[in-house]
Amino acid sequence: MNTDPMVPDLFRVQKVRKETLDTFTLELSPKQKKFRFEPGQFNMLYVSGAGEIPISISGNPNQPESLIHTTRAVGSVTNAMRKLKAGDYLGVRGPFGTKWPVDKAMGDDVVIITGGIGLAPLRPAVYDILAKRGRYGNVVLLYGARTPEDILYPKEIMGWRSRFDMDVHVTVDRAAGSWHSNVGVVTKLIPKAPFDPQNTTAFICGPEVMIRFTTQELKKRGLSDDKIYVSMERNMKCAIGFCGHCQLGPYFVCKDGPVFRYDEIKRLLEIREV
Amino acid sequence: METLKQYLQEHPFFEGLPENDVDLLVGCAKNVRFETGAQIFREGEKANQFFILRHGRVAIDIYSPGKGNITVETLDAGEVFGWSWLVPPFCWNFDARVIELTRAVAMDAECLRKKLKSDPRLGYEMFKRFAKVMTQRLQAQRVQLLDVYSA
Repeated sequence: MNTDPMVPDLFRVQKVRKETLDTFTLELSPKQKKFRFEPGQFNMLYVSGAGEIPISISGNPNQPESLIHTTRAVGSVTNAMRKLKAGDYLGVRGPFGTKWPVDKAMGDDVVIITGGIGLAPLRPAVYDILAKRGRYGNVVLLYGARTPEDILYPKEIMGWRSRFDMDVHVTVDRAAGSWHSNVGVVTKLIPKAPFDPQNTTAFICGPEVMIRFTTQELKKRGLSDDKIYVSMERNMKCAIGFCGHCQLGPYFVCKDGPVFRYDEIKRLLEIREV
Repeated sequence: METLKQYLQEHPFFEGLPENDVDLLVGCAKNVRFETGAQIFREGEKANQFFILRHGRVAIDIYSPGKGNITVETLDAGEVFGWSWLVPPFCWNFDARVIELTRAVAMDAECLRKKLKSDPRLGYEMFKRFAKVMTQRLQAQRVQLLDVYSA
């Protein structure tokens, strides 16, 4: 592994899997045998000739033999990434950033709230929590998507749902045909979710507007700001806190985040222009 | 066995209503049951009732020609639904379809309108309670319109 954090290592593409209409998963094999990371961290992925972007790691931290990223094809780099095939190479720098506080949450109920592609950065936390399931109280996943076709990792969600030790609730914004589950925004699932607000840690990942409404609902249930953790997204470039592209008030999201305790950044989210 | 009066008294929507008000309301209430797939009401039909869902799940649908029913919201146990009975011309604006066996308390709108007209204090109280439900639904729909998962 390279010791200079600005120099990418080459990783071989093992598999490219289409998840939904516009999202896909890249399975990479590390040059060395294992790639260790913490749930919530991200890598800088570099496609030759296209550019470099930050992508959260979405694989299992307890299975470091393969490195997994799920992302949405929205720009030139991610579109170039989608065209990669097994056997191609891409550059990887990382892992960078802070982690979901899975250890600190031990003993508490854990409620994980996310929407759309936001499930990808939280999936490593779900894997980790389930690997040490006995150390947590209730484990609840509340997930929202635009339509049933936009649900990420549907087979895995069904697997989690069938467990007796995890509550999984999925909702979509609109549905037609055979969908028999919830329709409505993800925040509507919070009032009835089975967790004890006095002993709960919440992990939220999604666009800032979703974070805003989600924290409001959690607070109505009685959760305090210091028990809520959110993953922030900014324009990360160097990933080591030098360039300043991802500055959020006094923080660099790449280095001080992306996972923040809500009370630390709450004030910054309330300002219309930071 | 829980009576209708007990159920309404304990339901958050009716919380704090004096007992004689609850008695008045119970006079307009009955238990109903709908099988999976049943249509509770359809857009354009007369809104003769509102419902308190005791068990099950109901989809609020909009019918779109060529696309069929599009579900815009689902309602679960404990929720109150149907407010078209409050506002002229008293017609449903959406369809309500049962997606899981549903038990509910149905409140007869004709009966209620008469009672609320003759008792404006209770009428005001009911409007306040419905306004709260309507505001919550409107806020949820606005968040839904933001397409919060797209970014």
